[in-house]
Amino acid sequence: MSIEISGVGKRFGSFVALDDVSLSIPSGRLTALLGPSGGGKSTLLRIIAGLETADSGRVEIEGIDATGLPPQKRNVGFVFQHYAAFKHMSVRRNVAFGLEIRKRPKDEIKARVDELLDLVHLSQFGDRLPAQLSGGQRQRMALARALAVRPTVLLLDEPFGALDAKVRKELRDWLRRLHDEVHVTTVFVTHDQEEALEVADEIVVINEGRIEQIGSPDDLYDKPANDFVMRFLGPVTQLGDDLVRPHDLQLHTDSADPASVHGRVARITRIGFEIRVEVAPASGGQPVVVTLTRNEFLALGLDVDSPVSVRLSPAAQTVAAAPAGSASGEAKSTAAAGAA
Amino acid sequence: MGKPLKWTFRVVVVVYMFLLVAWPVFLVAKNAFADGFADISAILTDPDTAHALRLTVIVGVQAVIINTIFGVGISLLLVRYDFPGKRLLSALLDMPLSVSPIVVGLALVLVYNGRTGWFGPALESVGYQVIFATPGMVMATVFVALPLVIREVVPVLEEVGDEQEQAARSLGAGPVQTFRRITLPAIKWGVIYGVVLSLARSLGEFGAVKVVSGNVLGETRTATLVVEEKYLNFDKGGAYATAFLLALIAIACIVVVSIIRPKEQVK
Amino acid sequence: MTTATIAPGPAAPPARRKARGGRRLNRASGLGLGVAMLWFSLLVLIPLIAVIVTAGEGGWGAFWDSVTNAQTAASIRLTVGTALLVTVVNVFMGTLIAWVLVRDRFWGQRVIEVLIDVPFALPTIVAGLVLLSLYGRDSPLGIDIANTRPAVFLAFLFVTLPFVVRTVQPVLAELDREVEEAAASLGASRFTTFRRIILPSLTPAIAAGAALSFARGVSEYGSLVLLSGNLPMRTEVTSVRILSSIENDNLESAAATAAILLVISFIVIVTVDALQRWVVRRG
Repeated sequence: MSIEISGVGKRFGSFVALDDVSLSIPSGRLTALLGPSGGGKSTLLRIIAGLETADSGRVEIEGIDATGLPPQKRNVGFVFQHYAAFKHMSVRRNVAFGLEIRKRPKDEIKARVDELLDLVHLSQFGDRLPAQLSGGQRQRMALARALAVRPTVLLLDEPFGALDAKVRKELRDWLRRLHDEVHVTTVFVTHDQEEALEVADEIVVINEGRIEQIGSPDDLYDKPANDFVMRFLGPVTQLGDDLVRPHDLQLHTDSADPASVHGRVARITRIGFEIRVEVAPASGGQPVVVTLTRNEFLALGLDVDSPVSVRLSPAAQTVAAAPAGSASGEAKSTAAAGAA
Repeated sequence: MGKPLKWTFRVVVVVYMFLLVAWPVFLVAKNAFADGFADISAILTDPDTAHALRLTVIVGVQAVIINTIFGVGISLLLVRYDFPGKRLLSALLDMPLSVSPIVVGLALVLVYNGRTGWFGPALESVGYQVIFATPGMVMATVFVALPLVIREVVPVLEEVGDEQEQAARSLGAGPVQTFRRITLPAIKWGVIYGVVLSLARSLGEFGAVKVVSGNVLGETRTATLVVEEKYLNFDKGGAYATAFLLALIAIACIVVVSIIRPKEQVK
Repeated sequence: MTTATIAPGPAAPPARRKARGGRRLNRASGLGLGVAMLWFSLLVLIPLIAVIVTAGEGGWGAFWDSVTNAQTAASIRLTVGTALLVTVVNVFMGTLIAWVLVRDRFWGQRVIEVLIDVPFALPTIVAGLVLLSLYGRDSPLGIDIANTRPAVFLAFLFVTLPFVVRTVQPVLAELDREVEEAAASLGASRFTTFRRIILPSLTPAIAAGAALSFARGVSEYGSLVLLSGNLPMRTEVTSVRILSSIENDNLESAAATAAILLVISFIVIVTVDALQRWVVRRG
């Protein structure tokens, strides 16, 4: 285990940012800390880096107790959301900074900087100032700067948060490929579930200062531990007392099926390749949302107000919906595999 | 920051500020009340000093009004319009802050004195005296306080941008209405801040006024000149009392400003 | 800047919100500019030109004689030398005060915040009297420097106090703390972070503040009247020297010395302007 966090707590005044968090982050993997903003994930990352000190608990990095170490002594690479570029230094000098601090020989610094600029595709920008780069380029420079010192762990705090959607997607793919090349233990914070699912080997879901679930992207999506994780990782709709993904529901016209909920089509929305159908149950209550492919939809020949029935598809995952008003994190229900 | 270093910094700064500013200013207040209220009431009842105080206020208020109108106008021109020489003008407008008040006085005397000035004799022949009279004192005061309103208003105008003004124009507001209902409310605090600073500077001007006023007792002598005159004539009580009044106004001005500032940031 | 054109990155550089200086003058604003320029010329430009013209009236020889007159030259040396010394002190103390005001929190900080502006708002003659009360004949500290050169130094120190503090403070407050954290996580000590990351960001502001403080020192008059005694060859500063020339009705000589001061303040303004432009370019 590369990073071992045990019993870490942190308060800011009366606000509890982290509440007795324990976590093991494996070596050489790409781990995402995922959760809503204000949930404590950035605080946890900053505690690992030593930029924030925990009120209680221990942090171990590669077997060394780092709890009391200042950030200078931890040998972690940190990448900030807003790049934290050294504005008065060229790109080369930015990347060389950590090596210069470590008083490495000039030749070695030059070789390492060249290598990294190549890795982040900024070779021809070495002599520019950060102000002359785009946001995506600045963030790659920041990444090269953090990697230059060969950190034990690489920590990224919402690294793509300040970039526009298209660049964000490109950098996301690129980070995944980079990690496959470099294999440094990497932890990144994000509030974007799609980003976490796409990039990470392992995801830690954090909410209100606590860990809700740890697992691979597949585990989390297919077997959410509770309704919070289920809701946070993707779209959900409620069928009876269960939460279920809209694409795990089937529409049919057999109004006699006892396992189905019967009702009428309330609304049809087309979003690109998929069709969203909202069904108002005959028994009243919230409409159920079902997503279909275009072909499925055409085969059913539905229109607004058509009578229709909804049932779970055979492999559907469901989670019991938390009773209204209770804190979502408290729900103890587990995924009911193959409920249908 | 390491704790010992932090405390060293704090202590150095506090001691420095105490010895350079706080204690000396406190002593002036103390000296002004050395004989109770006797010195203060003496200067307020002395007709010449009372006249000097009144003259200071008259000159100061006129200068502030002129500088406010000029300052807001030139700020609008600098921020919203393009014209040749704009950069040079903007640099020259800061010049009065770094010119010696004595040089300001000299410059005005060279142009406006009634005997050998460039324009002075002509103005005097139509019965208008500038030097050794109130107009010259107002001009000297305007000169030294000139950039203060501009320096406050220009950044605010740049910050606000012109989108709101364009919106107002597109809704049919004329230039005057746009200025009065959109621009002026937006820059209000900048203007007020500039006015307060100008007022403090104007009431306290000494060197430039000394050169252009002729310093005639009961006529063109202002409050700051009274301080010098009383001190040099061994009326220390009177000097400290007058200085105390002037210091009180100046400090009131900065306190007002420091109260305005945070409010403006919250907004 | 050649930012956008050299090589295609993954995205265009972020659009910087440019202050739109934009509109051309129309009739009303043209008239406004005309009136403003007329007033500015009558009040500032023509009088200052008159100083330069008068200084040159007697030819180069007369000008040179006036400013190299032993007493005048001594006053210029004293004024410029003391202003330089005071500026050096202000660079250190002003930066330190700005640092404490921005990065520290303690009881009484608001009071220091107000005290910084006192020298700016206080009438200069009052400033002289203020300093005299602690450092003059009746000094409760027993330090009497009235009518000595240290008094000139003290007066300059007092009136120039706000300049470096007030130029450095906003820049320091705007500094991105994450940049310092980045340096720390790369292994830089606090001192290294200050020297290599913070100080270079503050340098333009410190330089601008120093220039303003120097200019203010050189042009100081009021605070010295009561404090320095104005002893020829010893504590007489340039402004006092000019005033005594005016009072002796020797306007040519006054203008010659004044021209030297004007040149100094003009150089300072150009320097500050250039520094500000450089900072804007660097982004």
